[in-house]
Amino acid sequence: MARNKQRDNPEINSSSMADIAFLLLIFFLVTTTIANDRGLSLLLPPDPDTMEQMDIKIPERNIFKIQVNSADKLLVEGEPLTDVAAIKSMIKEFVLNNGRNPELSDTPKDAIVSFKTDRGTSQEMFIEVLDQVQGAYYDMYAERVGVTNKQWRDIANDLSDPENKRLYDKGRGLKDGKVEFPMNISIAEPSKIGG
Amino acid sequence: MSKFKKKANTKQEIPTSALPDIIFMLLFFFMVTTVLREVTINVKQRIPDATQLRKLQRKSLVSYLYIGEPKKTSQWGSEPRIQANDVFIEPKDVVLWVNQEKDKLDEVERDQITIAMKVDKEAKRGLVSDVEFQLRKANARKLLYTTLQEMEE
Repeated sequence: MARNKQRDNPEINSSSMADIAFLLLIFFLVTTTIANDRGLSLLLPPDPDTMEQMDIKIPERNIFKIQVNSADKLLVEGEPLTDVAAIKSMIKEFVLNNGRNPELSDTPKDAIVSFKTDRGTSQEMFIEVLDQVQGAYYDMYAERVGVTNKQWRDIANDLSDPENKRLYDKGRGLKDGKVEFPMNISIAEPSKIGG
Repeated sequence: MSKFKKKANTKQEIPTSALPDIIFMLLFFFMVTTVLREVTINVKQRIPDATQLRKLQRKSLVSYLYIGEPKKTSQWGSEPRIQANDVFIEPKDVVLWVNQEKDKLDEVERDQITIAMKVDKEAKRGLVSDVEFQLRKANARKLLYTTLQEMEE
C-alpha cells in the first residue's frame, strides 16, 4: 500500500494559479488607463500685460480670416463655408502665393492665419478647424524636406536627434536665427456676441 | 486483469499547466503599457478627433486639466467646469494651480511645463479661452489639446 503511493508523481496542483493570475489581471485592467498623450500642440502668445501695445498695420492680403460663430457655422475670408476640409487647400494656396495673386499673401513669412471664434463655439468645431490649419502647415513643411506629413510630425516630436533637428530647421527655413516659413496662427479672443 | 483495466483508464483532461503562463503574459502586457490613474475624473470626457496629432516627449513635464460638464449634475450643475487634480477650480485659480505644478518640477525645467487640456466636445470656447488667458499670465505657454486619432480615408 505504501509502495503504491510512492510511485505516484508528486505534483503541486497548479490549476488555481490561472485564477490568481486572472485576479491580478482584472485588477490592473480596472485601475489603469492607457496613457493618451497625443493631441494638437500649440504655443500660446506671451502674457498680454508684459507685451507692449503696438498698433501694427498688417495688409489685408496677408491675413487669412477664419471665423466661427456660436452655431458652429464657418466664415472663411468673408464667405460662408460648409466643408471644413476645404480650409486645408485654401491655406496652402494662400501661404504659397508668394505675391502672385494680389488677393493672397506676399510671402510665407508674412502670411498669418487668423482664427476667431465665439464664446459659444464648441470645442469640437475649434479642434476640427485647428486640425485643418495645422495640417496645411505640416503638409507644406513636409513637402519642403521631401517627407510625408506623418514623418514630419515624428521629426518635430523628437528634436534631440541632430538629423531630425537639421530637417526641422530646413523645413521651417531657419536662416540666421529667423524662421522664413513660420506657422503664424493667431487665435483671437472669442467674441461675446453669441447668436 | 486489474493491470489491463488501469491501462484503459486514459486521462481525458486538457492540460491547463500553460494557462497561468498565458495569463501572466497578458498581465505583464497591461502592467507595462498602462500607468496608474492618478485622479478620479469628475467631468464628462468625450474627446474630439483630429488627424494632425503630435506626441509629448517628456511626460514628467505635463500637467493635466480636465474641462467638461460635471458627471454629478445634481450636485455641480450642468455648466462645464475645470477640474485640476481632484477639485473643480475657477479660471482665476489657474495661475495658482500652474505655480503649484511648476514647484513640483526642477528649477531648470519650470519654463518647459506643458499643459495638456482634456476638453469635452461640447464644452464652449468661452471657458477654454479664459483658461488659455490665465495660462498666458502664468507663463505656461506650451499647450496640448488632447485628441484622439481620426481615421483618415
